[in-house]
Order: sequence, then C-alpha cells, then structure tokens
Amino acid sequence: MNTDLLLQLITNGLIVGLLYGVVGMCFVLVYKSTQIVNFAQGEFLLLGAWVCWAFLVYMQIPFFLGFIFTMIFMAIFGVLLQLIVLRPMIGEPIISVIMVTIGLSIFFQALTKWIFGVAPQSYPKVFEADSVNILGMSIEPAYLMSMVIAVLIMIGFYLFFKHSKHGLAMRATAFDQQAAQSLGISVKQVFAMSWGIAATVSATAGVVMGMVNGVSDSLSVMGIKVFPAVILGGLDSIVGAIVGGLTIGVLENLAEFFDSQFLHIGNMYDIAPFYVLLIILWFKPYGLFGTKDIERI
Amino acid sequence: MSESILKVENISLAFGGVKALTDVSFDVPKGSVFSIIGPNGAGKTSMLNCISGRYQPNEGEIHFDGKRVTHLKPNDRADLGIGRTFQNLALFGHMTVLDNIMVGRHHLMNNNWFTGPLYWASKAQKEELEHRKEVERIIDFLEITHVRKSIAGTLSYGLRKRVELARAMALNPKLILLDEPMAGMNLEEKEDMARYILDLNEEFGVTIVMIEHDMGVVMDISHQVMVLDFGKKLICDLPDAVMDDPHVKQAYLGIEDELEEAS
Repeated sequence: MNTDLLLQLITNGLIVGLLYGVVGMCFVLVYKSTQIVNFAQGEFLLLGAWVCWAFLVYMQIPFFLGFIFTMIFMAIFGVLLQLIVLRPMIGEPIISVIMVTIGLSIFFQALTKWIFGVAPQSYPKVFEADSVNILGMSIEPAYLMSMVIAVLIMIGFYLFFKHSKHGLAMRATAFDQQAAQSLGISVKQVFAMSWGIAATVSATAGVVMGMVNGVSDSLSVMGIKVFPAVILGGLDSIVGAIVGGLTIGVLENLAEFFDSQFLHIGNMYDIAPFYVLLIILWFKPYGLFGTKDIERI
Repeated sequence: MSESILKVENISLAFGGVKALTDVSFDVPKGSVFSIIGPNGAGKTSMLNCISGRYQPNEGEIHFDGKRVTHLKPNDRADLGIGRTFQNLALFGHMTVLDNIMVGRHHLMNNNWFTGPLYWASKAQKEELEHRKEVERIIDFLEITHVRKSIAGTLSYGLRKRVELARAMALNPKLILLDEPMAGMNLEEKEDMARYILDLNEEFGVTIVMIEHDMGVVMDISHQVMVLDFGKKLICDLPDAVMDDPHVKQAYLGIEDELEEAS
C-alpha cells in the first residue's frame, strides 16, 4: 500500500473538507434564518472567484487588496440580491423561493460565462513557493492560507452566533419570526444580513479554490458537493456543517485512494460521499447534529 | 389617575367582511393595570395586535408615550418600549431559557457583526456581562433560577409562560401587553402569576395591558377594566363599576339569563 499517497490524500481531504465546512456553514446560515435551501450557493463561489480574478488581472491590484475588495463587493451583492430578488418573495411558499434560487443559479452561471468567457483561467501567482513541505508532505501555500482562513471564519461564526447581538437575533428569527419582531428584531434586516454574510464567506472559499485549481464553471460544483456535507451534519447545525464538511472531504479522497489502488471502478471521488450520505440518513434522519423537533404532549 | 401612556383612538379593524373591531377608543393611565375582557371572538387579541403592531388598523390612531405609532412596524414599537407575550406561547423552543431572555435585551446591545466575533478583543464581552446581570435580576424576580440553563421547549406550561414574561421584561418596556397570562394554569400558578404581575407593576413601574378570562384575578388586580363584545367597547371603568353594569352581565357574565331561567 502506498502510505505516502494515502497521507497526502487525507491531508488534502482535511483541507478541502474545511472549505466544504465553510461553504456548508453559509448554507446553514441561510437555511437557519430564512428556511430557504439555497441552490445558488455554488454560484456565490464562482462569482467571488471571478470578481477577485478580474481585480487581479484586469486592474492589476495586489492580491490582498483585491481579496478585500472582493469581500466588500460580495457583501453588497448578497444584500442587494436579498433586497431585490428575495424580499418580494417573503410570505410566498418556501418551495417557490427555492425555485427562485435554482433560477438564480442558472442565471449567474450564464452571466459569468458571458462576462468572463468559458475557458478556465488561472490566478496570477500569489505565493513565491509552489508548495511547502510539512512533515514530508507537500502542501500548496494557497491551501495553507485557506486552512488558516477557514479556521478563523469558523471561530468567527461561533462567536458571532453565540455572543453577538445579530447572531442572537438570527437564531431567534430562525425559530419564530413573530416573537422575534415583538422583541424589537427587524426580520428584514436579519434576512439581508444572512445573505450578505453567506455571499461574502462563500466567495472567500471560491477565491481560495480558484487560486489552486483555476477559475472555471467547475467551482459551482462546490454548491452541490456541500449538500452531502450539510445534510450529513444536520441542515441547521453550524458544528454539523464543519464536521460534515471534513467527513466528506476526507471520504472522497479515501474513496479515490482505494479506487485507484484496488477497486478500479472509477469516479469514486464524486460518488462516494453520496453513498455514505444515504447510509447515514437511514440511521439518523435528522443528520448527525440536526435538531429533532421537541414535542411536549 | 395620572397622564395616559397609551391612547387608542377610534380603532376599526376588518378582515374582509368580518369586523373584528369597530370604533374602539380608550386611554391607559401610566402605571396602571388595565384589563380587557370579553367573550371569545370579541376582538381582544386583535386589539392587542393592533397595539403591538402585528395588525394595521383600517382606521384610527394609536399614540404611545406621546408618539404616534399607528404606522410603525412591530420591531420599532418594541424599541420604543412595548413588550408583549402571546396567547399560544411563542418561545424560541430550541434555545436555552437564558438565551431566550437575552434575545429580549437585543435592542439594547451595541455590538455589531464586526465587533461580535472579536468577542474578547472588543467591548462585546463586557457588554454581554452587563446584560447578563440584568437578565439574572429578572430570572431571580420570576423565580426561574433552577431552569435557566434548560432548553425552553422542554419546560412545563406554567414555567414557559413565566419565561415568556421574563423575555418581555428584558426589553425594559414601559408597557407590557399580556395575552391570557394565566390560561391553562392551576390555582397556585395563577396566584404566583398574579403576584408577579402586581410586582412588575408596582416595583418596576411597568404599565400593564392584560387579557384574562379569570374574573376573580381581573377584578382583584386591575385598576381599570374594559369590556369588548363583538368588536365594540361596552364599557371601560373601575372593576366594581364594570361588575355592576347590566350590559356586561348580559354579554359576558350571563348572569341575567341565569336569573331569568331561575325565576
């Protein structure tokens, strides 16, 4: 057995898993506060990656500045998206709103193709080294950066939800909008804020993925990949999203390893997470960390 | 009594052809306990919803603390100092009792999306501690110390009612609207609740507008009682005067009918 390859793959899995976790948290954030399953999540990544790329390549802005501009752009984008497209849908059946997000997903894919073309583009070199050697494994610096950013975002999310005024408001709104309003919480503001945060943070993941693999349509696949991660963790659990993300990240790499070494079925990398998802949902229909409905009779 | 904190003028509210409220006016004096009674479907909760902003009346004006609030959204009215509880409990069931009450402090907090995650570095932690102190005071007052870390949805009915009151108190409101605070409680729990309401009124100086069916409690603790019937105001007076009013007896207490049957 090729242990070096195995270790390398597991490491990659953990790092990519962290990114899944980050995108998953955004997914959960939107679901928790608005009950909307956002099918356009992957397009947030795509858009963020393209916008950052445009800043760097067309405008020749240094990377970190461009990165910050991208964040600001995406925050405004997320809020505007909620204000213009989704706010009129408040009060409509949730399924209609979910359909709208599918529409948005198609729209933004087409839009980015129209603006930036269909050919994959690679980011200008940001780090000097091609890879860093840690304990005998070679890791791309962009991945290292993504790891740091992902962990920072996770801690930030935790503190935000647990202790900040708006986090408290979001948790309350998620449960009962009427009662939240009676306590002085502006539900519309909470909705706008959760979309803004989701767009911004997803874009971060998009930029990091783009730096490693180049920017192309395939980034939006993350939006689909995140599904098994968040459903595994329980749709409404932030911790679940992180654990789910890590699990899926490691799992797909392990599947890839065993497939390439022994099984030779092919394409396990993409399929395996969904198999595992099915099996886990048999036993834990609410996901690993999802909230069961409390019922007092 | 002193000046009024809430002025309701000629409120009418209709849902399609159903007239929930017709031309109702009343004043709630500052620092009083004001009860609204009436048979089921008389428009009591509709009235409360108009005050809290859940419903927009078709006609009429509402002034609170000298400000016109008729067109404000519910959350803006909460900011001004109108707290409320709901007839069918509306706690955040998956959150702990403490967190539920902390949500009530929400509009008094200053940290934002940026300083919140910088919990230890910014003033967010200090701020939270200050609010926690206030929350603990309320928890002590309502004697729910033993359940403060429990998940709200798992508590008994009476306790949940108390937590809901605590959450409304956390707003630091000048006026609290209570929708049937004692429904479904046993005698002992009712007595406790009546005591809390009185203390809230006397110690904290909060004006109370309350809907309640238990006439004994209403007559005991109210300063003024308003009777609604089919969306119209029958009378608004001192409890004793209301009890003696023949229209009220007929519409609500049904005593006259009984007397007729007996004779």
